[in-house]
Amino acid sequence: MTATAQRPPSGSGPGGPAGRGGDEPDAEGPGLAEGSRPSLRLLASVLRPVRGRALATAALVVLSQVAVVAGPLLVAAGIDRGLPALRDGDPVPLALVGGGYVLAAVAAGVLSAAVVRASARVSQAVLLDMRARVFRHTQRLDLEFHERYTSGRIISRQTSDLDAVRELLDGGVTTLATGAVQMLLTGVSLVVLDLPSGLVLLVAVAPGVVLTRWFQRRSQAQYRRTRTASARVIVSFVETMTGMRAVQAFRREAASARTYGALTEDYRQATADSLRTNGTFDMGLTLIGNVTVAAVLLVGGLRVLDGDLAVGVLVAAVLYARRFFAPLRDVGMFYNSFQSAVAALEKLASLLAEVPTVPDPARPQRLEHVRGEIRFDHVSFGYGDGPTVLHDVDLHVPAGQTLALVGPTGAGKSTVAKLLARFYDVRTGAVRLDGVDLRDVAPHDLRHGVVMVTQEAYLFSGSVADNIAIGRPGASRPDIEAAARAVGVHDLVAGLPRGYDTDVDSRGVRLSAGQRQLVSFARAFLADPAVLVLDEATSSLDVPGEQVVQEGLERLLRGRTAVIIAHRLSTVMNADRVLVVEDGRVVEDGSPAALVGQGGRFAGLHADWQASLR
Amino acid sequence: MHQTSTAVRPEGGHRGPADVHRVPATTTTPVGSLSTTRSLLRLLRWARPVVPRMILGTLTSLGASVLALLVPQVLRALVNGPLLGAGSRAAVVGAAAVVLLLGVLEAFLVWCRRALVAMPGTGAENDMRRALFGHLLDQPLAFHDRWSGGQLLSRSMSDLNVVRRWLIFALVMLVVSVTTVVVGLGLMFWTAWQLALVYLVGAVPVLVLGFSFRERYKVVARRARDQQGDLAGRVEESVHGIRVLKAFGRGEDALEDFVRQADELRGTEIEKARTLSRVSLALGAIPELALAVSLVLGVWLASQGQVSVGALVAFFATAAVVNGPVERIGALLAMTLDAKAATDRFVEVMDTPSTVVDPPHPVPLPAPGPRGSRVELRGVRFWHPGSPQAPVLDGVDLVLEPGTTTALVGLTGSGKTTLLQLVPRLADVSGGQVLLDGVDVRDLTRADVRAAVSVAFEDPVLFSASVRENVLLGLPDEPAGPDAAERERILAQALDVASAGFVARLPEGVQTRVGEEGLSLSGGQRQRLALARAVAARPRVLVLDDPLSALDVTTEAAVTARLREVLRGTTTLVVAHRTSTVALADRVAVLEDGCITGVGTHRELLATHPHYRFVLTAMRDEPVLPDEGDEPDEHDEHGGPDEHGGPGAHGEVRP
Repeated sequence: MTATAQRPPSGSGPGGPAGRGGDEPDAEGPGLAEGSRPSLRLLASVLRPVRGRALATAALVVLSQVAVVAGPLLVAAGIDRGLPALRDGDPVPLALVGGGYVLAAVAAGVLSAAVVRASARVSQAVLLDMRARVFRHTQRLDLEFHERYTSGRIISRQTSDLDAVRELLDGGVTTLATGAVQMLLTGVSLVVLDLPSGLVLLVAVAPGVVLTRWFQRRSQAQYRRTRTASARVIVSFVETMTGMRAVQAFRREAASARTYGALTEDYRQATADSLRTNGTFDMGLTLIGNVTVAAVLLVGGLRVLDGDLAVGVLVAAVLYARRFFAPLRDVGMFYNSFQSAVAALEKLASLLAEVPTVPDPARPQRLEHVRGEIRFDHVSFGYGDGPTVLHDVDLHVPAGQTLALVGPTGAGKSTVAKLLARFYDVRTGAVRLDGVDLRDVAPHDLRHGVVMVTQEAYLFSGSVADNIAIGRPGASRPDIEAAARAVGVHDLVAGLPRGYDTDVDSRGVRLSAGQRQLVSFARAFLADPAVLVLDEATSSLDVPGEQVVQEGLERLLRGRTAVIIAHRLSTVMNADRVLVVEDGRVVEDGSPAALVGQGGRFAGLHADWQASLR
Repeated sequence: MHQTSTAVRPEGGHRGPADVHRVPATTTTPVGSLSTTRSLLRLLRWARPVVPRMILGTLTSLGASVLALLVPQVLRALVNGPLLGAGSRAAVVGAAAVVLLLGVLEAFLVWCRRALVAMPGTGAENDMRRALFGHLLDQPLAFHDRWSGGQLLSRSMSDLNVVRRWLIFALVMLVVSVTTVVVGLGLMFWTAWQLALVYLVGAVPVLVLGFSFRERYKVVARRARDQQGDLAGRVEESVHGIRVLKAFGRGEDALEDFVRQADELRGTEIEKARTLSRVSLALGAIPELALAVSLVLGVWLASQGQVSVGALVAFFATAAVVNGPVERIGALLAMTLDAKAATDRFVEVMDTPSTVVDPPHPVPLPAPGPRGSRVELRGVRFWHPGSPQAPVLDGVDLVLEPGTTTALVGLTGSGKTTLLQLVPRLADVSGGQVLLDGVDVRDLTRADVRAAVSVAFEDPVLFSASVRENVLLGLPDEPAGPDAAERERILAQALDVASAGFVARLPEGVQTRVGEEGLSLSGGQRQRLALARAVAARPRVLVLDDPLSALDVTTEAAVTARLREVLRGTTTLVVAHRTSTVALADRVAVLEDGCITGVGTHRELLATHPHYRFVLTAMRDEPVLPDEGDEPDEHDEHGGPDEHGGPGAHGEVRP
């Protein structure tokens, strides 16, 4: 499932500048070049606004490393120049070396502290930007996408994948950059100090590169596997927690634990494999570093014997050689964050590349005062690539009319509602509000003019008042209470421990389904739209509850257009007009009384209903 | 290396002070007040099996460090001997060979550590993750109502990642670093005690600082995690509540809230970096300063002949080895603090005892009577934890006679769903008893009770699995349960009862994957599958929570008719909001103000029970009671209520 739902990253387009990510030596690795272009483009685009600060941070990194690299040079100078001079009674060279060392030490401390702060600023700015982008884009994407991509996966994009990016930015990049600078400066210093020792070091670079390449290739695949495995674990976890009632009621605890256990075992395997690869890499680096130290010692020692080299320089060369490969180990340590960040960035980039099938209009048409006239012009529709579920529906609802949709489950009633709320766009034909194609209406005006209340009354964490106020942000407490009164939920809310300030808990579980529906109905009441779409919005209410809503509804619907889907004929009978929908077509259309009189399908439903009341 | 300290950051999320309502506040305090060591020692509960390999890994790592510390001593001998004395080439080659040997050995030990620690580290993480999952499965619904899914998820993923990293990296490295510093200092004293003294003077403030910054860092680190958890919760809501956000066009507001929260997190992370930067200032400057002083002093001592040049060289080479660990200790301590916080958050969940547990000496499931199981609620009281003054159920007495169907009717919020949950022990009573065939359900194992009692919820949950697996969820697995052919028969019958003919028209029939990761079905379709699931389990007692609420009238009639046949012989309790659902029942019980205030047939209660009348007939066109003044004109106008069952549209449903 994971693979099918995700678009492969489109390898097209120019690679684009890699941004600061190009600082580290591995960005050009063979395994990366192919798949990571969209991800690096994404990284580049979030880095662009903080370019200046990123460059300043890079400069700080270089400076701080200059201060660090100076140490062995100063030791060499102390031994080779300071010591003989002092023996000759001249303390000046030693004093100079000592003074220089103190200076370097202070600079190293101050600068590395500055690097920590500066890099945190940059990376946090980038993260904030990226978080907001992904969130905004996810909100913009249509419901079809949300259903196809699944909530678990969307959540893991925004949590664990962004976490991986955070880990890279948060220290990883600085570490890699610092390491690269350090290697460069160390190498240059050694070459300048003593060319033959420098050459030994350069020779050792070759196996280091080979090893790093091997590591890259191997670990890339492994980290991808790790991330995929962890995403699966997350999906399984979320699903089980969401469905806990059913899991327990049907004693699926053991089966769930088994499934989850198998997934976590995969995840563990993947993690352990990559850790082992890291271990081999670490060992290789240590080996190369140590062999180099021995080689430098051999070459240098022999040259000291020949009088070609001062002892102090040999010491500096050994210190440098030891130090030279240390950053590569950090590269190894952070290569995993780098890898997972690249993989995560790829997934994020492909999420961001998803084009909403319900796009905002290019030239939005303002509808400041929606009257509420609705027209379906020969509308056909199907979900995704699926079969057509609405066939050439042609419908005119004058402003102010209350229209009820009736028909068997799956006939297409909800689809009509969703098209009207522009959760989806039509395949052919057009849905018009006050004569304007919904696809051209400014989104704000559309959401202000048309409000849909669905059966799933989702409550957000926060107070009851907050939840009602979703209908109209910034609404005053009296307005909120008035809306609650109108739908008959006021007494219930007032009876809660903290009244309107009572928290509804993460998923509103403490309120019953009916109570949640009332709250979400109060939302719609508060939103005060010209067109109200109710898709089974009162299905969980008890009869007295529904009656209160009915009364509120009558008041609310005065002067408004309403499209109501309800399985209770009591609701339907109050409508001005009833459409019977079957198999994606309107088969009957007329006032409730007229349809009952016609003796068609609606009359049959009505008879059924009457019978059920006995 | 200086950057090491910047590189070590925790990950993961946690709840924030602004959102304390999500989590019971009481459980946080005692856990948070434990010392770091005691807090982390609790990991032993899960990590004990891996301790031997961890110790072995630490030992090899120590060996590697000692080997690295020996190299400077070789240097010393080399400088003092061949290089400054009698210049023998063979001695130089020999020294280089020794260094090579030590180096190769060190590399081997490095590999050993990784190999030894990787498996047990991930194994412990895995065990903890599974233990957490198992614990969550064991928790009653009340627990899951209290905790947000995002919170639990971040504990199971991010926090355990932090713990694993600490176990296999920070813990081992902490031991190794401390030992390396101690041994290295010893060697330095042996090599040139005057210089070592200077180094030690420098190292002490570094170590002290590493400890002293803990407190500040701990506070900020916890806040960062809290805020991250909140942010994860916000994300989760924005995804689950996408329909509401879209319907009201509130995406922008949600974004604003999210960005505000993310910005707060950013502020905290920067504050964290500021704390860290103060430490890296000290860590960067002090050791180097000590080396600067040592250099001047050492050269002076050498000029006085008190220290050999070889010793000077060895001292600096050793300092180069020891510097890393000295600086790293602070960062490792930071990781340790993170791991402590993560452990606290993990243990906090693990230490929450389940309130619905199996009895220590469970009674075997009693045999049902000849006509089926009998369920009795005796003086049942129920209140939410901590609010006994506001009981939801306050003395419910109700008997479900064997093989009969009882409808439970009451206003929204009257506690019907709560009452239903008590029968299969999804929650336990706060007072009184629920008896299944004469035995208190709390004396039975949960598995036994739930095998006997099957539930269909009003708000059905389907899992990411095929229709078949979803419907047959309640059947025991193959070896113990019915064979394949029998399963198919049960499946077909259950789907038929639930009028789930639409299944045949799904892309792959009963094999079609549904749920979160599969095809999405309408509310009515999901409800019918949930009903089929309850029926397929072939329980002794069936508990249905308004199982037909999302169905249209025609489908409902069809389901009702078939259900009534199946229910014969099954003791059933069904929550009803509608007369049509009441029609399933032999008798009706009215739940009012936490008590059963009336039991009888629909007609009896309509005639005698005012509250029942109110609950069911507030509907204005209820035909039975014209004297209630509820506008009886409509049904008179539209044909008699006694007309036959409707057009042949039963089960006319499409996916």
